[in-house]
Parts: sequence; C-alpha cells; structure tokens
Amino acid sequence: MRNLKLIILREYLARVRHKTFVIMTFVSPIVIVAMIALVAYLASLNEEEENKIAVKDEIGVFQEYLGTEGNTSFLNYNRFSVDAALDSVKAQDLDGLLFIPDKNLAELNDKVQFYANNSPSKSLISKIENRLSNRITERRLTNANVNLETIKANKTEVNIITENLSGEKTSSLAKYVKMFFGGAAGYLIMMFIIIYGNMIMRSVIEEKTNRIVEIIISSVKPIHLMLGKITGNTLAGITQFLIWAILGGILLIATSFIFDISLGSPAATGSAEIKTSEIQAILADILRLPLGELVFAFVVYFIGGYLLYSGIYAAIGGAVDSEADTQQFIFPVIIPLMLGIYVGFFSVIENPHGTIAVLFSHIPLTSPVVMLMRIPFGVPWWEVVISISILIATMFCTIWLGAKIYRVGILMHGNKPSYKELYRWMKRGN
Amino acid sequence: MQHILEAKGISKKYGDFQALHNIDLKIPKQSIFGIMGPNGAGKTTFIRIINQITMPDQGEVLFDGNPIQPDDIQQIGYLPEERGLYKSMKVGEQVLYLAQLKGLTKKEAKDRLYYWFEQLEIDDWFDKKVNELSKGMAQKIQFIVTVIHQPKLLILDEPFSGFDPVNANLIRKQIIKLKNEGATILLSTHRMENIEEMCDYIALLNKSEKLLDGKIDDVKQDFRTQVFQLSLKTDQKEELESHLKSKFELLPADFKTIAGNWKANVKLPESIAPNQFLKELMPLGTITHFNEVMPSVNEIFIKSVAEHA
Repeated sequence: MRNLKLIILREYLARVRHKTFVIMTFVSPIVIVAMIALVAYLASLNEEEENKIAVKDEIGVFQEYLGTEGNTSFLNYNRFSVDAALDSVKAQDLDGLLFIPDKNLAELNDKVQFYANNSPSKSLISKIENRLSNRITERRLTNANVNLETIKANKTEVNIITENLSGEKTSSLAKYVKMFFGGAAGYLIMMFIIIYGNMIMRSVIEEKTNRIVEIIISSVKPIHLMLGKITGNTLAGITQFLIWAILGGILLIATSFIFDISLGSPAATGSAEIKTSEIQAILADILRLPLGELVFAFVVYFIGGYLLYSGIYAAIGGAVDSEADTQQFIFPVIIPLMLGIYVGFFSVIENPHGTIAVLFSHIPLTSPVVMLMRIPFGVPWWEVVISISILIATMFCTIWLGAKIYRVGILMHGNKPSYKELYRWMKRGN
Repeated sequence: MQHILEAKGISKKYGDFQALHNIDLKIPKQSIFGIMGPNGAGKTTFIRIINQITMPDQGEVLFDGNPIQPDDIQQIGYLPEERGLYKSMKVGEQVLYLAQLKGLTKKEAKDRLYYWFEQLEIDDWFDKKVNELSKGMAQKIQFIVTVIHQPKLLILDEPFSGFDPVNANLIRKQIIKLKNEGATILLSTHRMENIEEMCDYIALLNKSEKLLDGKIDDVKQDFRTQVFQLSLKTDQKEELESHLKSKFELLPADFKTIAGNWKANVKLPESIAPNQFLKELMPLGTITHFNEVMPSVNEIFIKSVAEHA
C-alpha cells in the first residue's frame, strides 16, 4: 500500500511537471476560445455578404412582393429581354437572374427559373420559393373568390409543448440545449479517454524501453505499478479539469462583466434587450436540465470509462516495444469510442429512448459516451444504475486482463506480439 | 542457518520452452557466488524467480531458511543486466524514490544516498538529470540503487559492463567490502576473470540444467587433469625426452623457465602419484620447476558445456 502511494505520487508529479501537461492545460483553452471566435467571425462574414438579384417578372405581380430582405435585394429587370437581362447580370456582376415566365398561375410551379454563375445558397433559393408559392397561392385563392382575410384570421400555429410524466416541460429550443450539453459531455469524455489513455501507454512504453521496469518490479508487484500509473494519471487528468473549471469560471465572470458594460451603452439597448431575453430563455432551459445528475454522471462515467480503457491502453503499452508498434492495437480501441459518438449524434438526438440509444448506453465500451448524451433528455435512475454497474464490472475485468498482459509484456523485448500471443499471455500463470 | 538462499527443484516452462529444469542451488552466507552459463541457459529466469518477478512451476526457494515471502524483496538488491533509469527525473529524486520502494523512510534514504555518493565519488550529482549522464555514470547510480537498502543478498547481473577499468575497480572493491560487512553476492557474468578473482562458489547452468556447482576450489579439484609443468637442468635433453615420452604423454610447454633448461607439460596417468613421479625424475637431472596445472574457470566452462552439447 505504501509503495502504491509512492508510485501514484511519482506518476502524478512526472505527469503534472511535464511540459506537455502545462502547455495543454493553459494553451488549449486559449486555442478553443480562439477557434470559436474564428468560426463566429467567419459566420458573420457570410451574413454580411450582399446578394443582388435581377428579377424579370413577366406576370408583374411578384416584384413588390419580393421586396428587399436583409442583405438580399431584388432589382427590377422587366424592361430587358431575357438575353439582355442575362448580359446585364454578367456585366454588373450580379448574383443571378430570377425569371418568372408569363404562364397560367396553375402551371407556374415548375416554370420559374434562376440563372446564376455560382450556384446560389440553399437558404436563398428556399426563401424565394417560399415567397413565390405564398404569392401564387394567395393569387389563386383570390381568383377562386376566397377571402384572404378570413384565412389569415383563422390561421392557427401549433407549437407542441412536450411534457414528461414527471411534469417537466420542454420546448423545441430546449432540445437543442440538451443536444449541446449531452453532445459536449460525451465528446469530452471520448477526448479525455483517448488523450489520457495514450499518456498511460506512452509512460508504460517509456519504462519498458528504459529498462527501469525490471528494477521497479523487483520491488513492487507489476499490478501495483500499473494501478499506480493509472491512478496517478487519473489524478493528473482531474487536476487539469479543475484548472480548466477555474479558468472557465474566471472567463465567464470576465465576459459577463464586459457584457454588462455593453448593455449600459444606449445605442446597443434595443438589440441587447432581444439578446437578453433569448439568453434568459436558454439559461432557463439550461437550469431546467438535470444538471446535478449530469455532473454526477459525467464524473462517474469519466472515471469508469477512463479506467476501463486505461487497462487496455496499459496492456498495449506493455506488449509493444515502441510507439510505432501500437497502431494495430490502438485502432480497435478507438472504434467503439467513435461508434459511441456516431450513435450519439445520429440516434440519440433523433430518439433518445429508442432501442439503439438504450442498447449502446448499456454496452460498457460505448456507455460513457452514449449515456451522457441521453441524460439531458431524462433517463430513469435505474437505467443509469444498471449501466454504471455494467461499466464498473467490465472495468475490473479489463484492468485484470490488462494486468495479465502487462505483467508478461513488460519483460518481453524484441518482436511485436500477435493477438494470439496476447491471448496466451492472459492465460499464463505467474 | 548457513545458507542465505536455497533453491529446491526449481522448474519453469514458458509455453513449450523449458527455461529451468529441476535446479538445486545453495548459496552460503557472506560469500560471492558466481553463476555462469551460455546465453539462454536460464540464468535470468533463475534470478527473476529469486526476485519473485516470476514464479516457478515447481520447486521452492528458501530465503534465510524460510520459504521466500514478498517482504523478503526488501532484503534483496537486484541489478538487472538490462537496466535503466527514468530519463527526465533528477538523480537524487530517483534514488530516493527507488530506495523508498525498497522500504526505507525518506530520511534513511537521504542519509545513505549521501554516504554512497561519497563512496563512489559523485557528491555533486543530486540535481543532475539522468539524460545528462554518460552510460558509466548512470551505472554508478544503478549500483547505488541496488545496495542502498543494505540488502542481505545482492544479485548483480553483469555489474561491470559499461565501466572503464578505473570505475570497474571502484565497484569491485565496494562489492568485496559489502561481502566483508556481511552481505552475500550472487554474481552473474560472462567475464571469467571476475569469477576467478572474486568468487568463492560457482554454479554452471546450461540448457536449463545445472551442470556443476560448489566451492570454486573443489570444482577445480574435480577438473584436475594430472598435467604438471616440469623443468629440469640436464646435459642429456634428448635421452631425457625420449625416456619420458616412452612412459608418459608430453604436451608442449607454455610456461616460462630458466633459460636453457629442458621443459614440458607432462600428463600423468591416474595410477602415478606426483611424488612417485618426482622420485623417478630425480636421477635424471636437477628439478627446477614442478607445478600442477590447475584448470581455469574458463576451461571448466568450455569443457563442461561442450560435453553436454
């Protein structure tokens, strides 16, 4: 026990003092913030782009209806023939020509054409389509002597409020909030398992190629060395989390401080009010999430999933002689993690309580990722308990089997073992 | 109890490969015990079994008279042949860490560290990083790590490889000093000169079996070949030579003697004792040199291994 403590301490210090740890802890949040800022900036560039579209409307009832909308303006080109209009569009470098031929309104559905050099964005086209079809529908209704005002007055929009059996209400906005939180948590866990698993593997390989391992295991049992290594690295990971949480907290306080100041300036008041109400709605949705459960599950699934995989990573490190040899063994380890992410993004979000989502949130290799994605949507406690129990049981199995491979592997030098040999090592006695 | 370590019928298999077969060995206290054998003979496996890194399939190991226990590793110091250190750790921290793993408190470890740094003339190394050290320098640190917890049994696998003659001598003196202070040393090496000059006992393993073991002098007795270096002062060398040739086997003389004297290596048959032979020689001239040729460890090694090839 005393030796285990010594090993944990050494591993922890070796990890925390290492250059890459310091860099990853303090530089990567800056990189992430910078990336988000960059994406936001690029997106805003996209919005600022102005579209000018020429319209030749042979029927003559759509022009004013299209109007100007945001950054898109529609220019009246009715005085030109189609060919002349096209030439002009080219000469003036406009974004396209919308041509509405003089046809019966009923036949117009597939006769409208849009000419453009660069294919227009999907959103622009659907916007135009919507406007035209509304206008055509209105015209046809009027032609059929239907009172438009009556229709407008009786139009009813339904926004379904879903409410689960325990009485929690959800809106469609809330669904995105849940997706975001679940997705982020699952993704973080996957990243952490891969990053910290690799660290363990590298540290095992280092000891093995250093040849210090034989000196150490003449003092301690290999399983203690392995457990000490895993624990030391886990603690280093938790330290990193804590530092990030503190940094994030400081960052949050700082931004809200800046945000307060901008609210104070009179010019921004109007838009800021709208933003505030949106932010409040999102905040309310966030607060409505099972946050306590989410945090608790994150910690449990992180530790459980991480320990489960670290047993495998340690075994791989023990089995090979150099990092170059790890590829063939690493690949099958990453597959279930990737699978978890894909199942999460495609299946959980579509149907958080469907068969596939439920199944994969119980398979221990994928459950840390998938279950975390499900939890914001509300998962019965007993399902979480079963999933965690399976995870922990499997964790002990992988560490136990991993230790068997590790114990034999660290004293083997030379050729890279095959899967068959690894299986033999597992069966071997002391 | 006169043996620090007793191995009884140790066997070990790796898959189909027999690494050790029914090995019995007794290592007396306060001795230097040389273990020899060609590559792949099973030395490392045997050493790992003593260190409880691997467990034997059959047989048992007694340490100081009792079946070996996990706690006994604190009484053993092991310097593996393939040895290393953490490259990015400071020398001092590293020695303290490894010493604490062997059961020392931090305080004890520190005191002894300074003693040993002084003994090996490396007083100012505490804050050096291992990757700044040369191979020989790192070897010194590894030696300190092996002995710092004052083990009763020291297992040294090729302890001199990598050292220059000055440092090899420094280490050799320390090993002998440790023995005189009461430690037992199990020395595994391919350097026969080290075995010859340091060891009290030897054992020879070959292809998983023990070929021989015992006090080095006794083993040499067993391998005596009844060959004697002989030199005589005489005027009738030809007559002498043909006379001896007719009765004994003469071998070329490979030793130095007084210039001009007749010399040869003579192999005596079992039936003739040296004194009897001398009696026969006396009338033939003045005997200036008569010396039994003792086999070297090197010869014993090669001969025994060749016999079991």
